[in-house]
Amino acid sequence: MSASDIKRLVRKFKNDIVDSSERLGMDTALVKKDNIVEIVQFLKDDDKLAYNMLRHLTCVDYLHREPRFEVIYVLYSTTNKQQVVLKAMINADDTTIDSISHLYGSANWAEREVWDMYGIKFNHHPNMRRILLYEEFEGHPLRKDYDKQTSQPRVQLLRQERDAFEEFKTYHVGESAEGSRS
Amino acid sequence: MGLEQQLPGFITSKLEPAVNWARKFSLFQYPFVTACCGMEYMSVSCARYDIARFGAEIPRFSPRQADLLFVVGTVNHKLAPFLRKVYEQMTEPKWVVAFGVCASTGGFYDNYATVQGIDKIIPVDIYIPGCPPRPEQVLDALMALQEKIQNEPFDKYAYERRRQVAVAEGLVDAERLKPPG
Amino acid sequence: MPDSSLDMDTAGIHTEPMLLNMGPSHPAMHGTVRMILTLDGETVIKCDAEIGYLHRGFEKECENATWTQVFPYTDRLNYVSPLLNNFGFALAVEKLLGIEATPRCNYIRTIMGEISRIGDHLTCLGAGSLELGGFSGFLYAVEAREHLYDLIEEVTGARLTVSYGRVGGLKTDLTEDFAARWAFARERVMRIWEDINKLLTRNRIFLDRMEGTGVISQADAISYGLTGPMLRSTGVDYDVRKDHPYFAYGDVDFDVPVGTHGDNFDRYQVRLEEIKQSMRIIDQALARLPDGPINVDDPRVVLPEKERVYNSIEGMINHFKLVFEGIQVPAGEVYSYTEGGNGELGFYVVSNGTGKPWKVGIRSPSFYNMCPIHKFVEGGMIADIIPTFDGINMIGGEIDR
Repeated sequence: MSASDIKRLVRKFKNDIVDSSERLGMDTALVKKDNIVEIVQFLKDDDKLAYNMLRHLTCVDYLHREPRFEVIYVLYSTTNKQQVVLKAMINADDTTIDSISHLYGSANWAEREVWDMYGIKFNHHPNMRRILLYEEFEGHPLRKDYDKQTSQPRVQLLRQERDAFEEFKTYHVGESAEGSRS
Repeated sequence: MGLEQQLPGFITSKLEPAVNWARKFSLFQYPFVTACCGMEYMSVSCARYDIARFGAEIPRFSPRQADLLFVVGTVNHKLAPFLRKVYEQMTEPKWVVAFGVCASTGGFYDNYATVQGIDKIIPVDIYIPGCPPRPEQVLDALMALQEKIQNEPFDKYAYERRRQVAVAEGLVDAERLKPPG
Repeated sequence: MPDSSLDMDTAGIHTEPMLLNMGPSHPAMHGTVRMILTLDGETVIKCDAEIGYLHRGFEKECENATWTQVFPYTDRLNYVSPLLNNFGFALAVEKLLGIEATPRCNYIRTIMGEISRIGDHLTCLGAGSLELGGFSGFLYAVEAREHLYDLIEEVTGARLTVSYGRVGGLKTDLTEDFAARWAFARERVMRIWEDINKLLTRNRIFLDRMEGTGVISQADAISYGLTGPMLRSTGVDYDVRKDHPYFAYGDVDFDVPVGTHGDNFDRYQVRLEEIKQSMRIIDQALARLPDGPINVDDPRVVLPEKERVYNSIEGMINHFKLVFEGIQVPAGEVYSYTEGGNGELGFYVVSNGTGKPWKVGIRSPSFYNMCPIHKFVEGGMIADIIPTFDGINMIGGEIDR
């Protein structure tokens, strides 16, 4: 069962695992980010655990909390039909973590997407560049402090995109309203 | 077609409706399909809601050979330069139909990624609302476009003749009208 | 770009590899993807796929919407089978809430989901036939899909983007004559299925182009996270409906077709057979459809009846709070997965206890199916890209969200 998998993991990597739980049928382990490659390699190469598929790799941004980001690895074993979730904690001042793209082929694009959307750099990744957005884009949109209704056009637009809203945003209380149509 | 610009006025007024009639009933589309509206576009071109009865069946996947640009689905900022390039590569006469609400105004994607309507990038003739529009709506829009084409004057594409007239009358400086580069 | 290590001097002719751009707007009607190919004659040496041309900021939009307002966004993920996405998200939120949908709701979700799945596979087969030059197959498949759209429109009110699922239940119940309408549509769809089968499965040209192209090994498939018909065509028997049953899939009896070679023809056959199995599921589920309510009896989750809303103050306030503030889902996170049209569709949902989600992460099958595109394409010819790309059934809305 998955519960004993977590117990084996905790026994082997005592220092790195901060918390483990089994809420809502999901076996989760909260780990420190330093030895993440070893932990994932152990889960993958072990004969009985055999987590051979990386189901999903994503990140969550908890804005006003330290550690700010958590990179989520959802691993699955097609032979045992078991799933385990690893959550690696990342602080706001050091948003890097080691890449697991040499272990799973799907991690290549998934890590590029996390870089694109959240700004977490993966060390030793063969191709660390944006995947869903274009190279000239500035910022990392899925971070909680990125405003949704911004506009970074690539071509010269024929007219303003959002009429009233953009004027409203440039309007500051106390300043003269004359120059707001910019 | 610069020839019809040179003909005397009497002949062009008889030729205009004929040429427009030919243009409106043989539109070669360029389906710039991106998203969910593409499914309704497929329904429109197939057997039940047949677009072939309007003469607009053939999708020509080269902009040089097409005259109707169907922008089907959401256009985002990453794709915008390609849409502009395709539009600029099309030869005149050309028309643009914004198919679906994402192409008309950005739909309900009011965020950093989506262009809020393709009329911010290229000029549009007909807007079809709907998410996605029913095939009958698309055919209605096609008929409205055909009406618009029927009432177009020949002069619409007479850029060269209008430029010569303007320069001859001294309205514009000939230097300013030269194409860049 | 000239690269002297690749200069091949056959009969003294100087050759160089060529860079070809299969740009974002190309006739393969599956989505906008740009492939930058390095070619040596007709053979592809290197393929670099660029996605993101339909990135619509889905996850960012969901963070500003209430839980029920996310449903229209889920429709537009895999827009060929929207009902499956709706129900997948509803399942995820119900897991967080800790509630179980009613039996009738589970059966109806199964039925409507399978109808959508048949539509998805039909579109894939039809588009595949179109791209290889057989326009008739496309016309037949879209005609069959129209019958299914009629059925969906009767029940949900819309053809394509339905927003039919709700947290804790569904929007409305099935219509009374649904069984009769299904029998009508089923007969026609089955006839068209046989037509397509006769047209394509033993067609010399189709076989030549589909057999042996786009091959991937089992180990590679698992490492790249492939799921759905792609994975089953390589021989791995993994189907979320059978291995981790949800809704009413545990009660019905169906087979999961599994291929052997991992090439395009196996994917075509897997999809063709899955349509038949889906019809089996719907027949059985309709026969055993239980009576009862479709929505969970929980006023914190489900909107009250209109009579109560207009005639009592409690009903009105309940309605108001649910619509304006959203369902108050307790804090927590869950990864819930269902079988979408292309493979395993997962929702990694994080809630912070309010009426709006903190994060709705989507594990889209098309994204992971497209990861090994260079493995499929490199070494083959350009013309083999078309059936491969069709076999992957990459839906633009899903891969870019």
